Amino acid sequence: MSTTSSGVRLPPVAELAVASIVMMLAGGILLASRIPGRPDYPLSIALVAVGGAITVVDLVLLLRIRPFAWATFRLVLRWALLAYGVISALLVYVFAINHTPGSTMAVLVVTLVVFAVDVPTILAFTVARFAPPDGAPATPLAEPAP
Amino acid sequence: MTQQLAGPPAGATGAPPGLIRPEFDIVPRGGLPIVGVALVGLAVAVGTNANWAVDFFHVVGGGFWTALDLFLGFVLGPILGRLSIPARVELTTRLMPKMLLIMPTLVTCTLVAGWQLAKESGNILSTSPNHGWVVASMIVVAVMAVVALGVLEPANLAVLFELKKPQPDGQVIASLMKRFIYSAGITGAMQVATLIIMTRLATR
Repeated sequence: MSTTSSGVRLPPVAELAVASIVMMLAGGILLASRIPGRPDYPLSIALVAVGGAITVVDLVLLLRIRPFAWATFRLVLRWALLAYGVISALLVYVFAINHTPGSTMAVLVVTLVVFAVDVPTILAFTVARFAPPDGAPATPLAEPAP
Repeated sequence: MTQQLAGPPAGATGAPPGLIRPEFDIVPRGGLPIVGVALVGLAVAVGTNANWAVDFFHVVGGGFWTALDLFLGFVLGPILGRLSIPARVELTTRLMPKMLLIMPTLVTCTLVAGWQLAKESGNILSTSPNHGWVVASMIVVAVMAVVALGVLEPANLAVLFELKKPQPDGQVIASLMKRFIYSAGITGAMQVATLIIMTRLATR
């Protein structure tokens, strides 16, 4: 386990999110590699489900961290969610434009939603773990040079 | 505009005395309209199925992405490691905010346009003789995505936030920057694999 700047031991939030991303990518590649034939839905859905479950566990572990720089976490999360939400929406648009079958589209949308949660979580967590926890005294400002 | 730091208190691991850090925005707002134009252009190219435009986004985006990755990993990275701390900080604060916008934009344009090209050319089909190469390129991209999203981009962002503090922790920055060094080999190898695959696809 890693620690925050104040020495609080942290669960493997980033590592679990990366594991989930690996599941999402594997599921997506499996779907794409079978076109135009019938995709391997059971395996793809299983990968997405496992990845989604890892993400849920990850978020539960994250939310239990105390103390933590939650203000910093939320700041980064907000903007990262916007950025990766836009990217995910663009990908959904491309799949829709290409008349992706409904069942495949459903799996891809779930994949992208989980992906759009995982990446901002990693970004926000990595920044926040090095920030002073909420309520801790801020690092004193340096005095101006003479 | 710059900030000049007084010497850190005894026992602190802050920046060296007298370190000058330029003012910088973590996300350069001037670059956001350019990102917007690129993504809207990409959406229009895909929506209208304009082959030239889609090809442009894929080739130009992919070319820039590959060149930047290789240059940063194997040329600028080693140089950065040999610079003095003040020079390293100055380069980092000017370069890394731009990379925060440039890399995701390039990657998005390249992959979206690449998918469209593979579909239009038939290479994505499991019956295509190029299918194996396309799947190989997907795996290569997936490896790069894991490294970039799981290691590089978080480290990039965390370094910038650390440098924004009045007393940045040098050990934290050094530890985060080490991720770039260790990841450069993986992304470099993946980029070389991409060059091999793409030139092979273009000539079959």
